[in-house]
Amino acid sequence: MKLTFSKADEAFRQEVVSWLDAHLVGEFEQLKFRGGPGDEHMFPEERKRWEQTLAEGGWIGLGWPKEAGGRGCSIEQQVIFYEEYARAGAPGRVGHIGEGLAGPTIAAFGSDEQKQKYLPGILNGTELWCQGYSEPSAGSDLANVKTKARFDETKGKWIINGQKVWTSLAHESDYIFVIARTDPDSVAHKGLGFFLMKMDQSGIDVRPIEQITGTSEFNEVFFDEAECEAEDIVGKPGDGWKVAMGLLGFERGVSTLGQQMAFQNELNDVIAAAKANGAANDPVIRQRIAKAHEGLKIMRYNSMRTLSHDASDGALHKEALMYKLYWATWHRDLGELAMDVLGMECDVLEEAPYELTRLQSMYLFVRSDTIYGGTNQIQRNIIAERGLGMPKEPKVTIKA
Amino acid sequence: MDFAFTEEQLMIRESAIAFLQNVSDSESIRKAMATDQGYDEAVWASLCQELYLQAITVPEDFGGLGLGFVELVAVMEQMGQYLLCAPFFSTVCLAATAVRLAGNDDQQADFFAKLLEGETSALAFTSNTYFNSKGVEVTYKKVGDQFVLNGEYRYVVDGHTAKNLVLVAREEGSVKHDGLAFFIVPADTQGITRQWLPTVDQTRKMATITLDNLMLDAASLMQENAVDVFHHVLDLATITLAAEQVGGAQKALDLTVEYTKERVQFNRPVASFQSVKHKAADMMTRVEAARSGVYYAACVADDALNAGPLADELKEAASIVKAAASEAYFQNAGDAIQLHGGVGFTWEYDVHMYFKRAKASEHFLGNAAYHRERLAKDLLGE
Repeated sequence: MKLTFSKADEAFRQEVVSWLDAHLVGEFEQLKFRGGPGDEHMFPEERKRWEQTLAEGGWIGLGWPKEAGGRGCSIEQQVIFYEEYARAGAPGRVGHIGEGLAGPTIAAFGSDEQKQKYLPGILNGTELWCQGYSEPSAGSDLANVKTKARFDETKGKWIINGQKVWTSLAHESDYIFVIARTDPDSVAHKGLGFFLMKMDQSGIDVRPIEQITGTSEFNEVFFDEAECEAEDIVGKPGDGWKVAMGLLGFERGVSTLGQQMAFQNELNDVIAAAKANGAANDPVIRQRIAKAHEGLKIMRYNSMRTLSHDASDGALHKEALMYKLYWATWHRDLGELAMDVLGMECDVLEEAPYELTRLQSMYLFVRSDTIYGGTNQIQRNIIAERGLGMPKEPKVTIKA
Repeated sequence: MDFAFTEEQLMIRESAIAFLQNVSDSESIRKAMATDQGYDEAVWASLCQELYLQAITVPEDFGGLGLGFVELVAVMEQMGQYLLCAPFFSTVCLAATAVRLAGNDDQQADFFAKLLEGETSALAFTSNTYFNSKGVEVTYKKVGDQFVLNGEYRYVVDGHTAKNLVLVAREEGSVKHDGLAFFIVPADTQGITRQWLPTVDQTRKMATITLDNLMLDAASLMQENAVDVFHHVLDLATITLAAEQVGGAQKALDLTVEYTKERVQFNRPVASFQSVKHKAADMMTRVEAARSGVYYAACVADDALNAGPLADELKEAASIVKAAASEAYFQNAGDAIQLHGGVGFTWEYDVHMYFKRAKASEHFLGNAAYHRERLAKDLLGE
């Protein structure tokens, strides 16, 4: 075991730090610590320009293979980039769905034509993507997708009808990737297709969802005879589930250390608040602060353990399997701790009509962490079944 | 950055597992725990002579293997998993660590030579329920060239059977961090009375040791004004104990998964009910989290011994893993009883032995609340 970085990696770290220091200035100064969860709707135009600045610096596609136009950086260097990015308070990425999900999927499963058409726009930070997975009746049961795709021979295009939900940044995005049913008689994960679609068309309607925070970074996306070019299906009709699941494999946790750095910033705010108002003298609060610190450190060690595993077998090790449940629950607890540190002051708004403080916004937003991307309950099923080999719950069929 | 065991470390772990499977099955544990001594001398002899596990952290200069805490932690984790009844924790993790940090070359040479032969030792330091300098109540005073020690130690792991004792005492009249000293002495020295202290957790034995005008010469003194060494010894030992707790927490989970998959109620294996699966998932989450912490802390421990880059993190790492591992072990052991149903409450099934070890280990060297308060002080800059 060796936990320190090499000299070359530390030099890379210096490069990242100096670049961020030199570029997070001017109009970007105001973006520091902004645009994260609960704040994703803020400064869209400035953050789009920031994406292009990042691209010019060569910081998009760090982990992409060179043949896809990326830099092919090592896991260590990607980790360093995410860490320093978060430490500097650089803004929440509007391009992360393109860079982290759409791009790698197209690079792995797409045609040469699709790669040429879409990868450059992601790498140069000009084209933003959103994800069309969840539907009103396909949440935890993602395979229960009802959105339909049919091929119109006269138009020579795929025609999409249905509805997606919880689509973050849909109103800012140029493209969406969608799973839709290509075989109308199919059920569950069979008979799905994976489509790349332009957002700017009359058949697509985006409606913001007003959330618990009063803000709207999530949307509903309605498809009414929306069109997708014939050549913009990834793989074949029926391959959709395989492509969608392959996409999950691209998230190996390199960004988790950056996410933890953002958590650290939040915990620092909580500690500062406790010292300022005297809550730091309360023995129960002290225990909870220490426990939060302990949990965050353990997340870091856990991610280092995950990243050290040879990924070539594609296996998800136990510490990786439990990570979502662990961090989501930790973050939810941090939100509660933040309010309990503030005491009665936790109820007082920054400003009417409904301007939340940063800690209030965090506290409310973290209620989504234990729901999206697999609820805590789904995570526990996955852990028990895949990690511990416990049997699945027998299926119950409800007659219509 | 490489946060994984090397081939060599995996080999040490595998050979420990193969050994433990043979010598520490349920029957062997029950036989050992029913004795006052608490372990089988033949098992200890083969652990020392065949596996040479007591030599892992003994420096090469003194004839040992010269390996580090990563290797020690890998072995301790398995000893926890198999609930080995042996004076390994007391001798290797507590006493030997103290001698390594506090002893001079002659004292180390002498001690390690005996250790390599398989001689057992114990560390006595607390007289109350504090596992820090507040716990040190036994006093010493200088009389001419000699030291006279008086007082009573409690919770001395394997104290009644150890051949050698490492004693921590405070100079008469000193308070808090001042005046702490380490001594080393054969356990049969006149002035030492040792009494087995029967415990709920029968798998680890404790003793009370009374010193009545124990007269020691200068050769027995290892170090005076040794509060820093004292804290280091406890932090290092804490990390090894946390590793053992992780092994125990894993075993509590393994027993539960195995049992619930076999046990059928309502025409289904109990393990197919989500209420059972979700509890098991939480058990796995706790144990993996604590394990990640322990492996990291082991690297910190090695850096602390070799002035490496992470050396300053020792105190923090020890507290983090002791808090996490203590909760993981006790909660997992409690959940294991619950998920076993009625049989989990019996003496016949093994779960109760883990449950009892979990509670004793939770409190030894400080429980989660103690370690979190220690973290809080540093976090809040006090």
